[in-house]
Amino acid sequence: MWDYSEKVLDHYRNPRNVGSIDNADAIGEAGSLACGDSLKIYLKIDNGIVTDAKFQTFGCGSAVASSSILTEMIIGKPIEEVRKITNKDIADALDGLPPEKMHCSVMGHEALEDALKHYFKEEAAQQEKIVCTCFNVTEKQIWDAIKDNGLTTVEEVTNYTKAGGACGRCKGIIQDILNTYNKKSAEESKMTSTQMVLKVNKIIETVIAPELEKDGGGIELIDVSGNKVMVKLYGRCSSCKNSLVTLKSFVETTLREKVSKEIEVIQV
Amino acid sequence: MIYLDNNATTKVDEKVLEEMLPYLKEEYANPSSMYDFSRKAHNAIKEARGKIKDFINAANEREIIFTSCGSESANMAIKGVLSYNPAKRHIITTKVEHPCVLNTYKEYEKQGYEVDYIGVNNSGELDLEELKNKIRKDTALVSIMWANNETGVIFPIKQISEIIKSRSPETKFFVDAVQAAGKIPIDVQENGIDLLGISGHKFHAPKGVGMLYINAKTSIPPLITGGHQERGLRAGTENVPYIAGLGKAAELAACNLEYEAKEVKRLRDKLETGILSSIFNARLNTSITNRVPNTTNIGFEYIEGELILLHLSDLGICASSGSACTSGSLEPSHVLRAMGTPFTSLHGSIRWSLSKYTTEQDIDYVLEKLPAVIEKLNKISPFQRELEHLKACKGV
Ligand SMILES: Cc1ncc(COP(=O)(O)O)c(C=O)c1O
Ligand code: FES
Repeated sequence: MWDYSEKVLDHYRNPRNVGSIDNADAIGEAGSLACGDSLKIYLKIDNGIVTDAKFQTFGCGSAVASSSILTEMIIGKPIEEVRKITNKDIADALDGLPPEKMHCSVMGHEALEDALKHYFKEEAAQQEKIVCTCFNVTEKQIWDAIKDNGLTTVEEVTNYTKAGGACGRCKGIIQDILNTYNKKSAEESKMTSTQMVLKVNKIIETVIAPELEKDGGGIELIDVSGNKVMVKLYGRCSSCKNSLVTLKSFVETTLREKVSKEIEVIQV
Repeated sequence: MIYLDNNATTKVDEKVLEEMLPYLKEEYANPSSMYDFSRKAHNAIKEARGKIKDFINAANEREIIFTSCGSESANMAIKGVLSYNPAKRHIITTKVEHPCVLNTYKEYEKQGYEVDYIGVNNSGELDLEELKNKIRKDTALVSIMWANNETGVIFPIKQISEIIKSRSPETKFFVDAVQAAGKIPIDVQENGIDLLGISGHKFHAPKGVGMLYINAKTSIPPLITGGHQERGLRAGTENVPYIAGLGKAAELAACNLEYEAKEVKRLRDKLETGILSSIFNARLNTSITNRVPNTTNIGFEYIEGELILLHLSDLGICASSGSACTSGSLEPSHVLRAMGTPFTSLHGSIRWSLSKYTTEQDIDYVLEKLPAVIEKLNKISPFQRELEHLKACKGV
C-alpha cells in the first residue's frame, strides 16, 4: 500500500484534462510501454500563453496524478513561466509523492520539456527513447544505423536494426525518424561557408583540442575551403610521423562525425 | 469487500481460530516442561504433527518440522542440503520460483555455485527437456515449486522427480508447495519428494507458521540452532497455538479439496470467461487447464496494473498485480517475463485468486463493475491507436 496524499487520490480518481488535442502546437512524450510508464502531453499555445493542455498516461496512480495536476499547473500560464516548472514543483503540488514514486513527477517534467523543445524547434535530445519495444531498439540506434549506412526506407532500417520486424507498430515512428534525418542532412548540405567555419572551429576548440592536449599535442585551424579543412598539428614529438598520422585521422573522424561526412582534413 | 487475493494470504478459518484459542489463553505452558500442566500443549503439537503427516502423506511424523513460514522452510531446505553436500557445486531451480528460493539461489551463485534456471514456455509450463539436460552427477539440489503463485500453473512433480532420480539418484529434490497446499492433493511419497515446504496463511491458518518435510533418507542441519525442539532441527520454544492452528487448517483443507476442484474452479472459470468476453483488451496470460483451481492471471493491454488495482480498491475489490512497482524503475513480474508475455500486457496484468469463501455474488459484482473501470482507464492511455486497432481485430 502506498501512502498517497489526498491530492494524489483525488487526481488519479478524477483525472483532469484527459485526452488529446487535434491541432496541438506542441506534443511531448516521455517513457515507454516497455518500461512500464509512458506519458503524452498536448499543448495549445496562443501568444505565448498555454491556453489548453491535455494528457494521456500509461502508468500507476501517481503517474496519472502527476500528469493531471501538471495540466492544471500550466493552463493559462505564459510559456516562460511554464518552462521554469520542475519535477519537484509537480510533486509539491500533489502534497508530495512516496520516494519510490518520484520518477512519476520526473516523467511529467520530461514530457513537458519534450513538448517545449518541439515548440521551440530545438533538436529533440530524446535519443535514448526506445522506439521498437519488441526488440528494444532506441532512437539513437536507429539514427546511427541510418547515418552510418545511408538507409532510406523503413524496410532497410528493419533489416539493419530489427526494429519494426515483429508487430510492426513502430513503423510509423521509424518513418518519422527517416524524415527528420533527411531534413537534417538537407540542411547540412546547405550549410553556408561561414556556418561551416564556425562549426568546425567550435568542434576543434571544444572537442578536439582538449583531447590532443591531454597527450601534450595541439591543433591550429588555418583555413576552411569547401569541404577541405586545413590544420596545423603538433604532436608531443613533432618529428614522429606516425603519431601525426594518427592525430590527423582522429581529427578527420571527429569532424566528419560532428560536422559533415564530406570533410577532408589537410595538414599544412 | 470482495477478496480475490487468496494467493497473497487467506482469512483464518473460525474453526482454526477456535483450535488455537486455548493455547493463547489458559493452556500457555511450555510444551517441554516436566509438569502435568504442559501435557496439553505437548499433545497439541503431537496431534498437529500427525495431521500434517496425513495431509502430505509422509511416512513418519519425525519427517515433519514446524517453522515460522514458507520462506523459512525454503531457506532451511536449500541451505541445509548444500551445507551437507559441500563437494557438489551445481544447483538447479526454475525462472519462475518465489523470491524465497530465487534469492537464496542467487546468494549461492555469488559464492561461486553453478546455477541453472530452467525456463518455461508461453503458457508457463516447465521445459522438462532442458531440465533433463542440465542434471549432472554433481547437482546437489533441484528446487521446483509445485504451483506458481502468480499464474497457478502446476508443475508435473512426479515426472520431475523421476527425471531427477533417473539422471542422478543422489541429487536432492525440494518442492515449494506453498501454493499447492489446500488447493490440490499433496503426496510426498507418491511423488518422490525429498523436502517440501508449506505455509499456513495460504490455507486459512494464520500468518507466521509453516512446515518443512524432510524425508528419512535426507539429513540436514538446523537453520536456527539452540535448544532441542523439533529434534534439534529448529530451536526455539514451539509456537503452540499456531502449530495447533496449522494442524487444524490442514485437516480442514484435506476435506475441502473436492470443493476446491469443483466449486472454486467453477467460480474461477466464470470470472475468467466473463472478463475475457466482456473486455476487448483482456488477455489471458495462461489458459492451460493444469492450474490450481483458484487462480487466473489476466493482462489488460495498454493500461497499467497498479492503476487498475487502485480503482478496484475504490470499489472494494482486492486483487493483485505481479509487478512489484516499488523501486524507481518498474519491475514487471519475473514470472510473466519468463513466459514471454508481450510488453503490451506485461505491466497491466492482474492476478485473481479465489478461496472457499468466494461467493457467486462476489464474482457477479466484479463482472459487473470491471468493464467500466477498464473502459475509463483505456481512455487515459496514450495508446489510443493501438487500442482502436485491437478493438477492430476483435471485431467489437
Ligand atoms: C510459492 C510461494 N512460496 C513461498 C512463499 C512464502 O511464504 P511465506 O510468506 O509464508 O514466507 C509464498 C508466499 O507468497 C509463495 O507464494
Ligand atoms: S514495436 Fe517495433 S516491431 Fe513491434
